[in-house]
Amino acid sequence: MKKIFALLIISAITFTSCSDDNDDNLKTKTEAKTSFNFTHNWDDTAIAGSDFENTQYTNANGEMITMTRLRYIISDVTFTKANGESTTIEGYKLVDVTNDDLNYNPEMKIPTGAYTSVSFTYGLKHEDNIDGAYTDLNSASFNVPMAALGGGYHYMQFDGKYTNSTVTDAPFNYHHIRAVNAGMPPVFPDQPTFITVDLGAMTISDDITIEVKMNVAEWFKNPNTWDLNVLNQVLMPNANAQLLMNQNGQNVFGLGTVTQ
Amino acid sequence: MKNWFIYLLLIVSVSSCSKDDTPDTEVYEPTPNSLEIPAIFEQNIIAPVIPNNNPQTIEGVALGKKLFFDPILSGDETMSCANCHSPQNAFTDNTPTSDGINGVFGNRNSMPLFNLAWNYGERFAWDGKELSLERQALEPVQNTIEMNSNWDDVVNKLQTHPEYPELFRKAFKTTTITKELTAKAIAQFERTLISANSKFDRADQGLATLTPQEQNGLNVFLDEAKGDCFHCHGNPNNPLWTDNIFHNNGLDSTFSDLGLGAVTGDPNDNGKFKSPSLRNLAYTAPYMHDGRFSTLDEVIDFYSEGLQNSSTIDPLMKKVDQGGVQLSDQDKADLKAFLLSLSDPSFLTNPDFQN
Repeated sequence: MKKIFALLIISAITFTSCSDDNDDNLKTKTEAKTSFNFTHNWDDTAIAGSDFENTQYTNANGEMITMTRLRYIISDVTFTKANGESTTIEGYKLVDVTNDDLNYNPEMKIPTGAYTSVSFTYGLKHEDNIDGAYTDLNSASFNVPMAALGGGYHYMQFDGKYTNSTVTDAPFNYHHIRAVNAGMPPVFPDQPTFITVDLGAMTISDDITIEVKMNVAEWFKNPNTWDLNVLNQVLMPNANAQLLMNQNGQNVFGLGTVTQ
Repeated sequence: MKNWFIYLLLIVSVSSCSKDDTPDTEVYEPTPNSLEIPAIFEQNIIAPVIPNNNPQTIEGVALGKKLFFDPILSGDETMSCANCHSPQNAFTDNTPTSDGINGVFGNRNSMPLFNLAWNYGERFAWDGKELSLERQALEPVQNTIEMNSNWDDVVNKLQTHPEYPELFRKAFKTTTITKELTAKAIAQFERTLISANSKFDRADQGLATLTPQEQNGLNVFLDEAKGDCFHCHGNPNNPLWTDNIFHNNGLDSTFSDLGLGAVTGDPNDNGKFKSPSLRNLAYTAPYMHDGRFSTLDEVIDFYSEGLQNSSTIDPLMKKVDQGGVQLSDQDKADLKAFLLSLSDPSFLTNPDFQN
């Protein structure tokens, strides 16, 4: 009797411990973590932190440029299914290329499944572009002045220098914000200047890392050939320049490697 | 009966275990002392940087304050930190550069000390050579043209002092004094030097009203086509009034002082210096890393008409080929009025910051 009892106990313990170990592996994940890795290139030539202030690139208008500073916001990553159901990761990331701050790891998990679209907002939607609302962006001095420009935040700060036949190392400040006709009070045109970037369809079954590529050359290229001789500095109060940036930004971002 | 014996054994075991864990005497701990974060900081910017290995304590701050004002740190015991960082000058001095115990002047203007815990990048000094406040506090003591001492001597003097060993015990639970603990105490005191009670701060909180001239000066400051000061020097939503980053602001076309470039070794950093906060300008003249400008008017004139081009000048500087942004006399006067509204007289007289 004692032997049978001992055998039963040992069997039960063995069985229980084995099944516990295997449970996680057998389960299908219902939620997944997402990570985003932002990489940058100039027409497929990779841009690294060491290229800043060192490497010259030729833009579509023929100017040689060097980059001093590049940082921008992406926000509200959204996963949409075929039935229209969507999950949005509320929040934003200030991508600081100059300082190699290139990864976004949201805390929120998303449901696994097949998505017809994974998208994000470059910049901030108007309802999120609230003056002074984000202490980390304030601390990074990423603000847009309130009085004449309506407040909120830069979408992108891209500073550098350009050289052509008439100037050498002249400065440019390609600063992208919500388009505004500067004044007291400022007046916003109807057209938004943030951009919804669609990275395409993805089936997510596990934690996933998504590479988002920015082709910096596109900001100067398509559809508007950007003439730095004309549009170089003081572009924040220039509503037309902001709208041109929005047009050129449509094809700046693309999907890179996806791993899960 | 057997069960009764097992229960007794268990009780004895548990009791003996718990008795061993109870300390015989109370263990002394320094008293935690959180920074008093001003509302305008709390509302607008992220939390200050306090190192995990040097938490603020009442005893640590008190020790740091005593050390800060004590000439015992200098070679001939004639000079304290406060000689170059005087409370009456928002913790700087009033000469272009500062002289040490032998009357020899250095090549940099003494930086004012306030709101240092909000330097998120933790690069301190004009050239960013000090990578924490604790490390910075070590340097002047052994600098031959500043305090011209050495830490072994200083530690010996502190160790044999009638008061310091006990003060270190209270602050750090040890009477064995080291230069690292000395620097930690000074850093704790320095982190308490918070300035956020200027007229502009009070106006932001609805407790004061800017004059039309000050308000227009703010507009000049925030106008990309005029002052465009905000890209480097903060804004009403970043009340530090600095980005704590290093820029070449166009002071020189060639560099006798490489600034950050001498620290990093990167030629692209030559001529770059930290953007200083614009708080307390009323008390911190002369200005710039070498104290070359005696007045605020000279500073504004420089940005308006005096920029010098060079290979590393920051592209945020506007109209360099014309010498600057060409402000009108009225805009200059208004900008100056606004800048002075960032000065905080209560910071100079705060009893917690006096010797």
